[in-house]
Amino acid sequence: MSSCFDFSLCENGFKVYVYPSWKNVVSDTFSQILTAIEQSRYYTNDPKQACLFIPNVDTLDQDKLSHDFVHDVQTKLSALPYWNNGRNHIIFNIFSGTWPDYTENVGFDFGEAILAKASLSVSKFRYGFDISFPLVAKDHVLKGGDKGYLYSSSNNIPSPREYLLAFKGKRYLTGKGSETRNSLYHVHNGKDVVLLTTCRHGKSWEKNKDARCDEDNREYDKYDYKKLLYNSTFCLVPRGRRLGSFRFLEVLQAACIPVLLSNRWELPFSEVIDWSKAVVSADERLLLQVPSIVRSISQSEILFYRQQTQFIWETYLSSVEKIVLTTLEIIKSRIKRHKSRANKLWNLEPGALSILPEFSDVMEKFPFFYHQLGTEPGDKFTAVIYATTPIALASAPLFRTLRNVAKSQNVVKIIVLWHCDIPPPPSHKWPGDLGVPVLVKTRNIKTISARFYPFKEIETDAIWSLEEDSLLTTDEIDFAFSVWQEFPERIVGYPARSHYWDEIKQRWSYTSKWSNEYSMVLTGAAVYHRYYNFLYTHQLPPEVIDTVDQSNNCHDILFNFLVSHVTKLAPIKVTQRKVYQESALTNVNLNASKPLSWLQQHHFTQREQCMNTFTQHFGTMPLIRSKTRMDPLLFKDPVSNMRKKYRQIETV
Amino acid sequence: MQALRKRHLTSSQSIYFLLLLTVVILICMMMLMVFVWSPSNFEEDQFRFSRSINTNEIVTIHTTQQIKTLPRDTSCTFHTCLEVYQCGYNDETKISVYVYPIKSFEDENSEELTLSRSKEFDEILQAITDSDFYTSDPNTACLFIPSVDMLNQNNLNLKNVGRILASLQWWKDGSNHLLFNMVAGSSPDFHSVVEVDTGRAVIAGSGFSSLSYRRIFDVSIPMFNPLVSGLQLPVYSNNHAKRYLLISSQLGLHQEYLQVLRQLHEEDDQFLLLNTCPHHQKPWNYTQRCHNSKIYNYPHVLQNSTFCLVLRGSRLGQPALSDAMQAGCIPVVVADGYVMPFSEVLDWTRAAVEVREDDLADIIKIIKTYSPERIQQMQKQVKFYYDKYFSSLKAIALTTLQIINDRVFPYAGKSYEYWNDIPKSNVVQNPLFLPLSPPKSQGFTAVILTFDRLESLFQVIKRVAKVPSLAKVVVVWNNQNKAAPPMSSWPYIGKPIKVIQTKKNKLSNRFVPYDEIETECILALDDDIIMLTDDEVEFGYEVWREFPDRLVGFPSRLHLWDNSTQKWKYESEWTNEISMVLTGAAFYHKYFSYLYTNSMPGNMKLWVDDHMNCEDIAMNFLMANMTGKAPIKVTPRKKFKCPQCVNNEMLSADLTHMVERSECINKFTSIYNTMPLKSIEFRADPVLYKDNYPGILKKFNDVGSL
Repeated sequence: MSSCFDFSLCENGFKVYVYPSWKNVVSDTFSQILTAIEQSRYYTNDPKQACLFIPNVDTLDQDKLSHDFVHDVQTKLSALPYWNNGRNHIIFNIFSGTWPDYTENVGFDFGEAILAKASLSVSKFRYGFDISFPLVAKDHVLKGGDKGYLYSSSNNIPSPREYLLAFKGKRYLTGKGSETRNSLYHVHNGKDVVLLTTCRHGKSWEKNKDARCDEDNREYDKYDYKKLLYNSTFCLVPRGRRLGSFRFLEVLQAACIPVLLSNRWELPFSEVIDWSKAVVSADERLLLQVPSIVRSISQSEILFYRQQTQFIWETYLSSVEKIVLTTLEIIKSRIKRHKSRANKLWNLEPGALSILPEFSDVMEKFPFFYHQLGTEPGDKFTAVIYATTPIALASAPLFRTLRNVAKSQNVVKIIVLWHCDIPPPPSHKWPGDLGVPVLVKTRNIKTISARFYPFKEIETDAIWSLEEDSLLTTDEIDFAFSVWQEFPERIVGYPARSHYWDEIKQRWSYTSKWSNEYSMVLTGAAVYHRYYNFLYTHQLPPEVIDTVDQSNNCHDILFNFLVSHVTKLAPIKVTQRKVYQESALTNVNLNASKPLSWLQQHHFTQREQCMNTFTQHFGTMPLIRSKTRMDPLLFKDPVSNMRKKYRQIETV
Repeated sequence: MQALRKRHLTSSQSIYFLLLLTVVILICMMMLMVFVWSPSNFEEDQFRFSRSINTNEIVTIHTTQQIKTLPRDTSCTFHTCLEVYQCGYNDETKISVYVYPIKSFEDENSEELTLSRSKEFDEILQAITDSDFYTSDPNTACLFIPSVDMLNQNNLNLKNVGRILASLQWWKDGSNHLLFNMVAGSSPDFHSVVEVDTGRAVIAGSGFSSLSYRRIFDVSIPMFNPLVSGLQLPVYSNNHAKRYLLISSQLGLHQEYLQVLRQLHEEDDQFLLLNTCPHHQKPWNYTQRCHNSKIYNYPHVLQNSTFCLVLRGSRLGQPALSDAMQAGCIPVVVADGYVMPFSEVLDWTRAAVEVREDDLADIIKIIKTYSPERIQQMQKQVKFYYDKYFSSLKAIALTTLQIINDRVFPYAGKSYEYWNDIPKSNVVQNPLFLPLSPPKSQGFTAVILTFDRLESLFQVIKRVAKVPSLAKVVVVWNNQNKAAPPMSSWPYIGKPIKVIQTKKNKLSNRFVPYDEIETECILALDDDIIMLTDDEVEFGYEVWREFPDRLVGFPSRLHLWDNSTQKWKYESEWTNEISMVLTGAAFYHKYFSYLYTNSMPGNMKLWVDDHMNCEDIAMNFLMANMTGKAPIKVTPRKKFKCPQCVNNEMLSADLTHMVERSECINKFTSIYNTMPLKSIEFRADPVLYKDNYPGILKKFNDVGSL
């Protein structure tokens, strides 16, 4: 890396330039890759800003016999205006070489470019420079991606899957890679180990067919490929003509633990992904040991491996966007090594793409690792109150809110975000007996997203986010905080909302009606970890933030999308309270048939539109529903109120 | 990937530079020749190889004898150059290592072909022969270690050593042979690998560059410093204030780098730049360094700095790395392309700062970006790595073998956590770490423990049968004297009922992960819990689906610290907090039954079965300890057994019961050596509980009635 890479280009940040006008001239997969890069927050259209360059020359398929083979890439690459012998360029390739020897060389001179290539071998892979790229199929989606199969099946012990070890695939009668697959029948037992091969492929298979072919084909036809994957605990992933195979990703998605038989294969993103936690590496030379190795793996290990396949699939592989971002993050981490995230973070939920190393260099500061580290979130919070109304009277709602918050035992600081044209009253007009420092922020509070700005004055893990005219009592504030301490990675609060699929409009919709489920908790009255402010501000691309700021709406929906996208968990609603601000008291009865005002209607339509904009951005609907709300232990129980800790909540 | 000389120098500079380089090299040579691994004339009996590999045998290799040697095969990988058939498959998943008997090699004129072995090399051989890896039988060996000391290339006649190796009985071009080397290359080009014809042998070497290192084949090892490693440094507490931010203490640094460092030193007095002492008497003293004329003790001075610079010299690997680590100083490694020791398994981002040579001038700026918390963690990590993997030649040798072992048996290899995590008591690894909600369609299995309360049991079964998500009822029949009644007399519930006859009346039987339980979710039920409504149970199942790694249930309890007795106390009053959910009516993942049955620590299971009590407390301990999470109580307080009953545990007759329960908590706490239970102040209710909302639109209406 230090000899073939110009680090000086990256001093102004990690920006990636894509050579323009590639549309309609590249293959679908390459088009997806370039699109994902252009949509990422690292993209720049200014080559002068760029640290990394992505050629618009499709180098993915360099198999001369392939339909998608692109001729003469070398000339095209050298003609690129900033090529500079490939410095700071990435060359993507998934197929190189061809029948019969399938060499690993891509077949053209790529100079000093970084090679992001599938099916690399340990010896060809320049560790710390190249990227071992996954072999992506043509139908791999740009965003979102299929859920792992474990999410809709059983994660039980002993494994409820019918087969122990399975494989179904081609067998090559001759040539490279044929040996391993030709020997598989030795291990097949037709009971719990089902290894099926066929020689029936290619033009002239019947000419070359051997004595086993007919019998193999008969067995082969008895089983369905997909069903085998979903019904087997382990799945064999032998080499094909090349070291990697499409099967690898399919097996991971199916939550079938891969058993690799592909010596010297450098697994995808091996620089950061600890594959030993998700796959079983067997040795082609010791094929006959495979069944006993697989049988020696304990129930606990199976449970672990199986979940890890899903974690890796969902986090780094299930869409082209994830694959591309993973590639970029790896390269980025090499540039500022001292600012890169700990290796460990790549292999733990929620995964490295959700961890911005700029936030902190210790894991303890993130909301996700308290249990793993044996630590706990801090027992204090900072209240952040959003104020938009000028203050005339000492009885202003904001002051009442301040007093209620200040009475909490857990608050250390109150920050008022003053989003109002009229300046705040002078300090002597503010309540002076609060016993908690109050900080009024007036600068740079221009947009609604400023609510989520990671102000350096917020030093506690927890942020209690409130409206100026909040109706919450001190008990309610303290209780929600106490619940948050058990769920520090979630949004915990009062106003619950739901999303639902609108069958008529065929799109996602939003509702604030009371119901048995919810999937959002609005940030007008919620506690959450301050890391999410950092994520909101630094990870979301500008156009998504713009949607929010221009409409002055939907910031709370976006915040819920963001957190659920990272955690794959629902927020938590506490107690019965539904209305959380005074100004909303007038339209409490959303359930009553009182028609909505025009303004409300407009606000609501905007929110519906936001749902769909955000879903598009995340590539999937990340919100998760919950049927549970959390109440204080003795809530509404027939015991004396005096015995209850959160008495005010009883009377709400 | 890495260029040895990258900076472009003007011609006048380069002459100057060449001169300096010569001086530098001379100093380096001197240093290494004199102080590191000069063959020691140690007392022979200092090492009595416990397994005899000592012989007095002399092997004569004629100068004229034709011996075919093979240069180091740079294309070797684990799969191409290491023969695994002889490593075999065994239940211990441990490689066996053969050490060649110690012999002397002479030519026809009785001239020894090698210098005598160093003390360090003997320590390595000793460590290996003493270890579990060792075998005296070459026929069953996976790995072979020649008893030829190659630690320091300066002491080797390269050609002779190549010939000796090639003449070894099982050499076969070096396949499956492991060679240790710490000082490779020599002036002027300082190869980063020992320049002996080693063929297909695995090299455990210090100072590999990413170009010379055959990844997952060679092993990068630390450069051991015998001059320093024996020293006992004073022990300081963790928050010992350090005088310096950064120290550079290496001698004979490249002049160009030295200039940069001088500049840095001028800008920041927290950076101490040490060099040789002027007018130093001979012989030169390794343990003294100077700044101007002030003398500092080395390596003690390193203890006074947060970071220590480890800059490349002529060689990439520098003893300064181990020296810094021994002193608990965080190494700042500036050596492009250097393969850090044991980098295949150690996560150096946690213990060192790696800076590119081009960024040397920014080094202070870079280390100042590290937060105090991070620095503290790195210091601990440095100490952990040093003690475990660097502190002795034995540690280095055995770590090397373990790494190779993990390659041979990857499926039984040590984990990242084993290699890198400092053991800590309250750390958890949640076995159900994936944030998923099990599909509702699976349903749950009600597992009911019973002895002979048939009537009550049938009532419980009929009640739970009404719960829509019930998949199956498993009755654990704990009575050995009376058989369960025939299936025909059981209530018909439209769902399968399985009865399991146990062999012994043990409470732990309720937590056996029976194959009959096919769902992930178990509802543990006592045979007298008849008051739960089907809405409550169904809701409980829904809550469990949202928190599948927790114990989710109805009756709850609390543990409290009793200041007067200085012991834990069991509390069954209805309070504002809970920390346990009783398994008389609770949902949990079947995996915890598996853990309860197979890996409950200490004699907890025995205690439970002997006392016929506290199996539920034990389960709470197990789950809280595994996950670090509190259980979840569902829906309001309730009388679970019958409307007329008072809370059973409150009866004065049951006072002994309460005492025993408290005793259990204290016993289990001592077994776990920690109190894993966590208290929380909330319970789970349906979203619209107690809301004024049309019942027809509301789910789980029948919740909370006493």
